[in-house]
Amino acid sequence: MTQPETTVQRTLPDNMRIGLFIPCYIDLIYPEVGIATLQLLERFGLNVGYPLNQTCCGQPMSNSGDEKNAQPAERLFVENFKEFDCIVGPAGSCVKQVRCHFDRLEQTEDVKHVRQNTYELVEFLHDILKVESFPWAEFRHSVAIHNSCSSIRGLSIAKPSEIMGVPFDKTANLLSKVKGIVVVPVDRPDDCCGFGGTFCVTDEAVSARMGIEKAHDHVRHGAEYVVSPDMSCLMHQHGIAQRASLDLKYIHVAQVLNGGPY
Amino acid sequence: MSTAKQVDPAAAAELFIIHDQIHEPMHDRFLWATMQRRHAEAAAVPEWEELREIASKIKEHTLTHLDHYLEEFEANATKRGAHVHWAVDAADHNQIVYSILQDHGVTDLIKSKSMLQEECQMTPFLQQRGIKVIESDLGERIQQLDGQPPSHIVFPCIHKTREDVAQLFARTIGTDPNNEDPHFLTEEMRNNARPRFLAAGAGMTGGNFAIAETGTFMVCTNEGNADIGAAVPPLHIASVGIEKMIPRVEDMGVFLRLLARSAEGAPLTQYSSHFTGPRKGGELHIVLVDNGRSRRLGMPEFWHSLKCIRCGACMNTCPVYRRSGGLAYGATYSGPIGVILDPTFDEFKYSELPFHSSLCGSCSEVCPVKIDISDQILKWRRVMAGKGYLPLAKKLSFAVAGHVFAHPEEYHVVEQAAEPAMSYAPHFLLFNRTLNPWVRDRELPQPAKKSFREWYLANRSKHGNVQQ
Repeated sequence: MTQPETTVQRTLPDNMRIGLFIPCYIDLIYPEVGIATLQLLERFGLNVGYPLNQTCCGQPMSNSGDEKNAQPAERLFVENFKEFDCIVGPAGSCVKQVRCHFDRLEQTEDVKHVRQNTYELVEFLHDILKVESFPWAEFRHSVAIHNSCSSIRGLSIAKPSEIMGVPFDKTANLLSKVKGIVVVPVDRPDDCCGFGGTFCVTDEAVSARMGIEKAHDHVRHGAEYVVSPDMSCLMHQHGIAQRASLDLKYIHVAQVLNGGPY
Repeated sequence: MSTAKQVDPAAAAELFIIHDQIHEPMHDRFLWATMQRRHAEAAAVPEWEELREIASKIKEHTLTHLDHYLEEFEANATKRGAHVHWAVDAADHNQIVYSILQDHGVTDLIKSKSMLQEECQMTPFLQQRGIKVIESDLGERIQQLDGQPPSHIVFPCIHKTREDVAQLFARTIGTDPNNEDPHFLTEEMRNNARPRFLAAGAGMTGGNFAIAETGTFMVCTNEGNADIGAAVPPLHIASVGIEKMIPRVEDMGVFLRLLARSAEGAPLTQYSSHFTGPRKGGELHIVLVDNGRSRRLGMPEFWHSLKCIRCGACMNTCPVYRRSGGLAYGATYSGPIGVILDPTFDEFKYSELPFHSSLCGSCSEVCPVKIDISDQILKWRRVMAGKGYLPLAKKLSFAVAGHVFAHPEEYHVVEQAAEPAMSYAPHFLLFNRTLNPWVRDRELPQPAKKSFREWYLANRSKHGNVQQ
């Protein structure tokens, strides 16, 4: 069910500078995801810098069509990251925002550079570093994978069920290299969980309905953990599962691949 | 700005969900199962993705040469003996149809399913003028008897259970209210409808495709009702949107392979009927309708929506549509395609529709003619935001958020303010504490004791790119 194994590990130039993009909600609510991402990148000997002036990529505003209030944050993002060769963030929807939705900014060389070189963590590990093993990682649990819609349909992290062709799932591919892990299949792997950014509050009833079905799908297949490259979906799903007293734990794929922190 | 009231799809969808424990889960399950059939049928066609690309290209080509193909269609249809009429808008369409009926002294009309006639509000127009209009498609007839518009462009009454239909038929055509067997109900309606076909002075259809090189239009149905309606009464009137043009007969080999597979997960509709000129002794009128289409063709960001072949796959795949029911959209077209079509008719009235989406993107991937539906939904949000149609709470809150996110020093104050857990999520999502629906069905996330940035300063301050 995954893409053919990659065999050649690409050697990045020693002087290559990686900008660590930690989205605002990870900074404030899930710092452990940021720590896991940084430590994981450092394990590969990469030169990782974290621009301290980063705030938000502008997605909540941009997603609502509010370009006026989104653009100052978008411009700041470009300022913060323009000096880096590669920008890596552990959040599919935020990376999609940078890559696909910075289209209303004036397309300067800096903007183009940042848009073209911003990667979501899984695709960076899978497609750029072509990581073959995570010898330090062990996770003896059954997990359901939740690839976010932005990651699947925006960043091609997995094949969407609507598109015909050979199935692949880069997240599953990376997780399969972790000792002890059991990935359980689910009924609706790429049906939206209902987070959708501001959608989850402006369309609360529909969002909650989508979320609870997602959680039941995970429970039904015996998952102990839900693992995702997108913590924002999990924030919503976790809130839903807690309210419904469902016994599910939610962690980011970086935590599993790095072996914590949890 | 229109004077119509804004529709509120989120509120209407909530009613659909909380109404009972039956309708919404059934609706979701049925459409999900339809999608699984669609995937299986599509997977059985090795060149599926190539077909989508070709279909998209044919539609783009035709739409960018629409004047040429419309005139070619008119010339060829006329040559075959059809009467071709041009309707600039809905009122024009309805008046043309009414005039034709009047000329022939028709008082009873039987019609098959047509979203265009729905769009034109033709039935109430004709009824007010004393014409009896009967829907012949089973689902449409059910909706007509219930006084509701169709909730889905392919499955008009998909939001109803068989129990609902049994009750409705008991009330309207006198069946046993306790017999909800679909075969029984269908047979009863069949018997009820037959005499109406025979009594009708005219039959109306829509048109799925109009072929320019032959002046043919095609109607695809599963019940054969359009064919009886076209074949029994002496007069056949078809309403065809100008975007339905296809250059050549051979192009149908592309579209017919895509249509039913996308719509219902079947290789073909039961009937794919070609109408080329009137049948012997009959009369055929084709009304070509613009009703805003040429204006849409001039909208650089939205003209691709004209490629739509009305298969409904975007609705079936849409997780929001499946939980909302089509009536929640309060418009002729519901689901993702409705979200991008309806605002072209009335931007203010339908200004909330683009927000009734999680932007998951599935609609764009499933679309057999590759309309960038999801991207267009986001572009419509930009239009609505630009016109100040954003819900007030959202607009106010983004002014604050936009400012804070642009100023790192202020963001860091928020970051370090150790906000009480209960007020955090509203800040992240809306920056509005008083109107926060997050907590209705969810627990709030707990903010961390120390942000990542604080951890980084404490643990990596000599590392990387510190700009203190």
